[in-house]
Amino acid sequence: MRSIINHSAIWKTIINFTAFFAIFLSIAISISYGSTDIDLKIVWQAVINFNPELTSHQVIQEIRLPRALSAALVGAFLAVSGAVMQGMTRNALASPSIMGVTDGAAFALVIMLAFFPAVSNLGLTAASFIGAGAAVTLVFMVGSFSKGGLTPVKLALAGVAIGTMLRSISSIFALHFQLEKEMGFWLAGGLDGTSWTSVRILLLSGVVGLIVALIISKSITVLSLGDDISTGLGQNNLYIKILGIFSVLILTGAAVSIAGAVGFVGLIVPHITRFIMGTDYRWIIPSSALFGALLLVLSDLAARMVNAPFETPVGAITSLIGVPFFLYLARGNRGGK
Amino acid sequence: MQQSGIKKRKRFMLILAILIVLIISMFFISLSTGVIQISPLEVVKTLFNLGTDRQELVLFDFRLPGIILALLIGAGLAVSGAILQGITQNELADPGILGINTGAGLAIVLFIFFFQDIIPSTSALSAYVMPFAALIGAIFAAFIIYLLAWKRGVTPIRLVLVGIGVNAAFSAILTILQLKMDPQNYRQVTVWLSGDIWNANWNYVVALLPWILILIPVALQKAKALNVFNLGDDLASGLGTSIERERSVLLLIAVALAGASVAAGGAIAFLGLVVPHIARKLIGPLHQYIIPISALIGALLLMVADTIGKNVLAPTTIPVGIVVAIISVPYFVYLLMKSK
Repeated sequence: MRSIINHSAIWKTIINFTAFFAIFLSIAISISYGSTDIDLKIVWQAVINFNPELTSHQVIQEIRLPRALSAALVGAFLAVSGAVMQGMTRNALASPSIMGVTDGAAFALVIMLAFFPAVSNLGLTAASFIGAGAAVTLVFMVGSFSKGGLTPVKLALAGVAIGTMLRSISSIFALHFQLEKEMGFWLAGGLDGTSWTSVRILLLSGVVGLIVALIISKSITVLSLGDDISTGLGQNNLYIKILGIFSVLILTGAAVSIAGAVGFVGLIVPHITRFIMGTDYRWIIPSSALFGALLLVLSDLAARMVNAPFETPVGAITSLIGVPFFLYLARGNRGGK
Repeated sequence: MQQSGIKKRKRFMLILAILIVLIISMFFISLSTGVIQISPLEVVKTLFNLGTDRQELVLFDFRLPGIILALLIGAGLAVSGAILQGITQNELADPGILGINTGAGLAIVLFIFFFQDIIPSTSALSAYVMPFAALIGAIFAAFIIYLLAWKRGVTPIRLVLVGIGVNAAFSAILTILQLKMDPQNYRQVTVWLSGDIWNANWNYVVALLPWILILIPVALQKAKALNVFNLGDDLASGLGTSIERERSVLLLIAVALAGASVAAGGAIAFLGLVVPHIARKLIGPLHQYIIPISALIGALLLMVADTIGKNVLAPTTIPVGIVVAIISVPYFVYLLMKSK
C-alpha cells in the first residue's frame, strides 16, 4: 500500500494541479454563461481590471463571480466533510446528505425565520450549524445504539428516517408561517442569491474547518484502519474524533446555510478521490476539496443550462449524478453487507 | 392446535370489530370537524337528506370525498406494504422507501406534462386514466429496483439500499420536471413527494374504488402463499408452492395497490411500513389476518392523519403525508434499532 503512495506522489501532485486548473477554467466558463453571454476575454478583464461603468463588468463582479466562487467553496466543503466522515466511521455511505445534515440545517433555519424573522445572516448561519449538528448526532445515535451496530444500511435508513422527520416538521412550520418558498429553496439546493457576503461567510468558516481537517488528516488515515489498530498505535481516538466532528459541522453548516441541500457531493467525491489517490487522507482531503469544487461549479452551470432561462435546483442535478454512484456502492460488497 | 386456531379467530374477530367501531366513530368526528362545525347529530341528519343546503354542500362536496379517499388510500398502501414485507421477507420494505411511490408520482407528473392539453388534469377522464399512468410508473420503478438489486439473487438489504437510491433519482427528476412545467409552483412538488390528498372529489373516489375493492380481496386469496414465504424460499419450494410465480403475482398486486393510491394521494411514505408491523403485533404472523387488519388500521390511520392535518393548524392545511411521517417515523426508528 505504502509503495503505491510513494511511487506516485508526483503523479498525484500533477493530478491536483490539473484539477485546480480545471476549476479555474470552469469558473471562467460559468461566469461567461448566463442570460447574456459574456466573452471570456471580458470576464478576464472584469476580474483583472474592473471598470464599474461597464454593465458586463458589474454583472460579473456583483453576481456571477461570487456565485461561481460560492459554488466552488460549497462543493469543496461538502466533499471534505464527506471524506472526514467516511474516514472516521469507516462507513462507505457516511456523508452529509445521507445523514440528514441538510434536513437538520434547513429545520433550524425555518425555525429561526418563523420565530425570529429579524434574524441576521450570521444568526442564520449559526442556526444551520446547530441544526446540522443535531441531525448528525441523532442519526449517529440511532445507528450506534441499534442492534448490530452502525452498518452502512443502518446509517442510511436512520438518515432517511431522521431526515424525513425533520423535513416534515419544517414543512409544517413553513406552511404555517408562509415560508414555503424559503423552505423549497433549501430543500432543493441552489446558488442563486449568493453574494460576496456568502463568499465571506464561506471563507471564514472554511479556513477553520479545512485547516482542522488537514491537521488531523494523518490521524484519520490511522483511524480508518479501525479503532483497535489506531489505539494500538498510540493515538488518542476520542480527541481526533471530536476534532473531526467539529470540522464536519463547520464545513457542512456553512455550505448548507449558503446553498441549501446539495445532495450526494459529500458521498461520491471522497469515493472517487480514494480511487485515484489511494488510502492516505493527507492526499484524500485536499484532493476531495478540489474535486468537490469542480463538481459543484459544473453542476451549477448545468443547473442553469438545463431549463434556461429558469434555474433548476442544483441539488436535483447533483442527485442525478450521484444516484448511479450510490447504486454502485449499494451493490458493492461494502454497501451490501 | 385446533384450540389455538379458534382462539386466534376469536381474537381476530374482536380486533376487527374494535377497528370497525373506531373507524366509524372517527368517520363522524372527521365529518363534523372543520372550519364550519357540524355536530355529529347534524351529520347523521344530513346524510339522511335532512340537513340544510349549506351543510349538504360542505359534507357531500368537500368533506366526504376527502375522507373516503383517505380510507381507500390508507387501506391500499397498508396492504401493499404488508405484501411487500411478506414477499421480500424484509421488515423494512415499504412502497415509499423502495421508491415505488415516487415512480408512480413521476409517471403522473409526466402524464400531466404530456397530456395536459388533451386531457386537462381537472377533468373526470383524467381521474380514471391517472391510476393507470401511476400503475405503469410503479411497475417500471419496481422493475428497475429489482433489476438493480439483482446480483446472484436479491438480498433484502440491497433491495432497501437500491430503493433509497432510486427514490432519490426519481425525486430529482420529479423536481426538475415539475419546475419545468411551472417554475414558481414548488408546492406541487412537495405534494407529490410528501403526499397529499390533493384533488378530493368524487371522480377520484370512483376511480380508486374498484382498484382497492378488487385487489385487496385478491391479495387475501393469496394469503396462504404469503404465509409459506415466511418459512424461507427453500422450504417454500419444497412445499410445492411455485415460488417465483406466486412472488411475481403478489408483487404485481402490491405495486398496483401502491400505484393507484399514489395517483390520488401522492407519495405517502412510512404508512405501508408501519401498519403491517402493528398488525403483526396484534394478531401474529398469519397473512389471512394481517391483510384485513392492515387494511383497516391503514384506513383509520390515514383518516386520523387527514383530520389532524386539516384542523390542528387551521386555516393552514398540513399535507397528510407529513402528518403520517411525524406519527410513524418514531416507530420506524424503534423498529430500526431493534432489528438486526
